[in-house]
Amino acid sequence: MAVKNFVVGLFDDEAVLFPAVKKVRTAGYKLHDVYTPFPVHGLDHAMGLRETSLHTAGFIYGITGTTTALSFMSWVFNVDWPLNIGGKPHFPLPAFIPITFELTVLFAAVGMVYTFCYLCQLMPGVKKHIFHPRQTDDKFVMVIELTEKTNAEEVKNFLASAGAHEINEQRAEAGWWFGRYDKDDEPYLRKIQTTNA
Amino acid sequence: MHLKYESTLREPLVDGVKDYHQVTEDIISPIEGKPGKLWYVGFFISLTLLGFGAFSVFWQIYFGVGVWNLNKTIGWGWDITNFVWWVGIGHAGTLISAILLLFRQGWRTGVNRAAEAMTIFAVMCAGQFPIIHMGRVWMAFFILPYPNTRGPVWVNFNSPLLWDVFAISTYFTVSLLFWYSGLLPDFASVRDRAKTKLRKLLYGIAAFGWTGSTKHWQRHEALSLVLAGLATPLVLSVHTIVSFDFATSVIPGWHTTIFPPYFVAGAIFSGFAMVQTLLIITRKILHLEEYITLGHMEAMNKVIVLTGSVVGCAYLTELFMAWYGANPYEFATFFKYRAAGPLGWSYWIMMTCNVITPQVFWFRKMRRSVAVTFVMSIIVNIGMWFERFVIICTSLYRDYLPSSWSYYRPSWPEVGFYMGTFGLFFTCYFLFAKYFPVIALAEIKSILKTSGENYKEKMVVYEEMPAEKFAHDVAHAH
Repeated sequence: MAVKNFVVGLFDDEAVLFPAVKKVRTAGYKLHDVYTPFPVHGLDHAMGLRETSLHTAGFIYGITGTTTALSFMSWVFNVDWPLNIGGKPHFPLPAFIPITFELTVLFAAVGMVYTFCYLCQLMPGVKKHIFHPRQTDDKFVMVIELTEKTNAEEVKNFLASAGAHEINEQRAEAGWWFGRYDKDDEPYLRKIQTTNA
Repeated sequence: MHLKYESTLREPLVDGVKDYHQVTEDIISPIEGKPGKLWYVGFFISLTLLGFGAFSVFWQIYFGVGVWNLNKTIGWGWDITNFVWWVGIGHAGTLISAILLLFRQGWRTGVNRAAEAMTIFAVMCAGQFPIIHMGRVWMAFFILPYPNTRGPVWVNFNSPLLWDVFAISTYFTVSLLFWYSGLLPDFASVRDRAKTKLRKLLYGIAAFGWTGSTKHWQRHEALSLVLAGLATPLVLSVHTIVSFDFATSVIPGWHTTIFPPYFVAGAIFSGFAMVQTLLIITRKILHLEEYITLGHMEAMNKVIVLTGSVVGCAYLTELFMAWYGANPYEFATFFKYRAAGPLGWSYWIMMTCNVITPQVFWFRKMRRSVAVTFVMSIIVNIGMWFERFVIICTSLYRDYLPSSWSYYRPSWPEVGFYMGTFGLFFTCYFLFAKYFPVIALAEIKSILKTSGENYKEKMVVYEEMPAEKFAHDVAHAH
């Protein structure tokens, strides 16, 4: 949650984007993020992002579902209210399998989706700065954060040489906030408006 | 950059000269425009059906299950037939979105969004039947294992009917999550190009604040893959468990071990037929012929002829076992009262629609004909409805005691209820087709450069190149 200055470069083609990412990293600029309209395979590795652990989380949720189902059904049939159902055993494992399986899947799926939303800060009402309206359409948007060590002009020239065809400088909120997309309600803009008034 | 090499012999999955922006334009512009006259007509008819269905259900709840023509001999009739039929229809959506994702079938990208939507709406329709069938619907929550003041008396975890509760609700939840997580990036595309304030606001809420960050895409891919991995056994389990409702009983005609695979194949069969019906109309009305191509329809018709034949094989196996098993009651069920007898006509409708007619799809010309596919998709759905009717009613109407033998035809609230679920299904589908991106935008874009028509043309150079040179070039490309 901080307002930062960025230099934004637009790329038309992912084939140009890949070498550009490489160059940014060797040049040592602070790569804020790359926004793409679809998953570009290998871009995460090119940017040096680590592999996601979402799978592991899913496994843990799944195991939780398995144990919940098995232990709950056994507890009901053996401890809480042992009932003779046609002389069948109180721990009929084969009959427990379907529900155990369903709960494993349910817990894993629901847990993973929630974790995904939490990690990516996705929720109805959440708003984030959109650097270019066509980043969800056909443009690949590379965003470099300006620190006190970087010179904006230098970064712009660098992006131009790397193949970006539209380059601009933006001051924006780097995190998320609760807002509406039909309004310009970035938190720092709101503050400016209130001080002006 | 794309290391995937796809032969030019494979036909393109996206026809026409398209770039990424054109894809967005083609798929999102129907959302931004006003719906056509046909849409209003269809939507109004669906709403009318839905209203009639609601009235039929009200009638049944007000007067009790007695208004249905079920009796002591035939306790399951249209209601459970319709339940199994709708659940089965849902299965194709999950098959396309999950199983074909695991098999890396590129063609699924054109049809998966609509097919998944169909799954969700079909399961919504299916769920109504067992609940309303309970009679006292206000007690429907008794099927949930919650701590109650009656002991607590818990539900019976040995019962396949309870397994069904878990299976169907899990299936619905997981399908919904899978579908919606795929929709997030596409809603963001609609949001970011929206011109009106209302659209920006609503799609802004629906997109959950998606930006298209690389890290988010990485997680999104991982999520889709794991959800697909979970949904694959799930979809097989759901219809397996539905078949357990019958197979674990001791009614001749139900008590067979062949039911799970037979039901799953039948489900996929009818589901693909419904996908065809919907997509043929959708591609025509929304002008998406370049995305849902004849190639897509052909691929689905191949699945239809395969699963139709599996189902046909199962019918014959059942007949064989009824004879070879030497159980006189089972023999009588199959040969005297199912293939013949007062309800024998339904068996032959089923045989004709499910086994004989789909064989036209052995011919490429038929598989690629829109008219034939459309007619066949309806025939298959009629056939699969009769399959469930045959299994349920012809096994019940001649039971062990001849004095209780009976016949069954539905009353108007039963028919009305069924019509009502059609209304619900199509109301939802019409809203989906108008307000949602009908084709998975981001996914189409990600296969465009390997499977789009204009990109395929560039491959001709490589196609003529010797393999050694191609390998050398790839290895030394920078």
